[in-house]
Amino acid sequence: MEGERRSRILGGMSSDARSVTIALVSTVLFFTVLVLVITRSPGWPEVKAAFFNREVFSEAFPEVLRAFWLNIKIFCVAEVFILAFALVIAVLRSLPGPVFFPIRALAIVYTDFFRGIPTILLIFILGFGVPALGLSGVPTSALVWATVALIIIYSAYVAEVYRAGIESVHPSQDAAARSLGLSRSQSLRYVVVPQAVRRVVPPLLNDFIGLQKDTALIALIGPVEAFRQAQIDTSATFNFTPYVAAALIFVAFTIPLARLTDWLNERSRRRRLVAGIAP
Amino acid sequence: MNAPPCLVLQDVHKSFDKREVLKGIDLSVAEHEVVCLIGASGSGKSTLLRCINLIEPIGAGRIFVAGQEVTAPGVDVNEIRRGIGIVFQSFNLFPHMTVLENITLGPRKALRLDRAQAAAQGLELLRRFGLEDRRDDYPDRLSGGQQQRVAIVRALAMQPQIMLLDEVTSALDPELVAEVLSVIRELAEGGMTMVIATHEMSFAADIANRVCFLDQGVLLEEGPPEQIFRSPSNPRTQEFLQRIIAAGRL
Repeated sequence: MEGERRSRILGGMSSDARSVTIALVSTVLFFTVLVLVITRSPGWPEVKAAFFNREVFSEAFPEVLRAFWLNIKIFCVAEVFILAFALVIAVLRSLPGPVFFPIRALAIVYTDFFRGIPTILLIFILGFGVPALGLSGVPTSALVWATVALIIIYSAYVAEVYRAGIESVHPSQDAAARSLGLSRSQSLRYVVVPQAVRRVVPPLLNDFIGLQKDTALIALIGPVEAFRQAQIDTSATFNFTPYVAAALIFVAFTIPLARLTDWLNERSRRRRLVAGIAP
Repeated sequence: MNAPPCLVLQDVHKSFDKREVLKGIDLSVAEHEVVCLIGASGSGKSTLLRCINLIEPIGAGRIFVAGQEVTAPGVDVNEIRRGIGIVFQSFNLFPHMTVLENITLGPRKALRLDRAQAAAQGLELLRRFGLEDRRDDYPDRLSGGQQQRVAIVRALAMQPQIMLLDEVTSALDPELVAEVLSVIRELAEGGMTMVIATHEMSFAADIANRVCFLDQGVLLEEGPPEQIFRSPSNPRTQEFLQRIIAAGRL
């Protein structure tokens, strides 16, 4: 009787509304069960007290959020330099002809080398090492040098993304530009690179997400950003909730980036379908 | 006394790896002359055009455009290309630029015209070929025929001394071919010197002053269209044309 009525209700809906309803019901059921299982399991009170302590959270969250401002600043400054520097490396690596072999080789060595070094290692080398040299005219701030380390590492990754984009532009585009009498660098600047950059926006955003998370590594050489602040709060309270607060803040920042990446990917896929070609 | 030839090829050779695709081409094209290159796919027509434009470096021989040797060492390749317009089978418009941006890029960056000047000149060309209402559209909004007409206008915007057309209708749906051919016909009537690689035999017969038959990298036979199409002397030309007629293309 009950089941019969439900199927009649669902049967009267459009198939879209029906899918949504089914998804909604199944989601609510699934998570209710999940929450029940977790909160009823032995040891949950201890976990809750250590990681999800309401008072600790409300005290730590604003402090961690304030410290997160530093992460955002590092992220923004680094990103600007990375986008520009990586493009230079990618273009150098795309220079044709035997004359440019040493420059190409240098660009290859750069990308290979700095993609191979653990980020934290370079942050330590530059962040502790360079200020200790006491060179005149060179910044002595560990924060500056740690940011430089991030720029160096991420430029190697982003250069490879750019290069893939440049190589994905069909050679006939360059031929068309050159046939108009444009020089090699004009063809790159006005025809090849603009198309390449458009194509690599989704994978670039992916690297943005990685960079945003890695700003937390800077905590290890001193500057008080979100992770370091959470660490301080944790040692003061002997409670891990500040870490959870920091994690939530990072996730709140990266999830919109991830959704934006998905959306851009989907859009460019649709556009290629509409155009009927995969250029 | 005739004007000096607009284009001269002397014993031009070209190989890709070990395969020789042009085996010593000699050709002279007078100013205002329209020369059609015919021949099977792979006979070297496209390669020949790409060599004239210096997109492909030649192996041996010499090429002169308007009396200047373009294959001489040390010439400014960009300078030479500005005087030679080429239109490709696959249009090769710049997809990230509007129609007007496509046709003004060359004049602005290679000829250093200022934006307003280039735009005025570009608009005039678009008007002449009935494309002015498309000036702000991106290429993917245009039909194949319109795209190819824009590509022709883009080459014309550089005010070239000679135009090279590389099978410009081969990628088009049949119903779009006519609009492109009529543009080419108009150029011919305007006195543009052209070398046209084509599979459209009746068009070649109609528009060409001279038809050249290429076979496996050799220029086997050339002459006025009536002679080549009605009474070809070389057996390979005869064979090729018979195949074309059998396919209903002439």
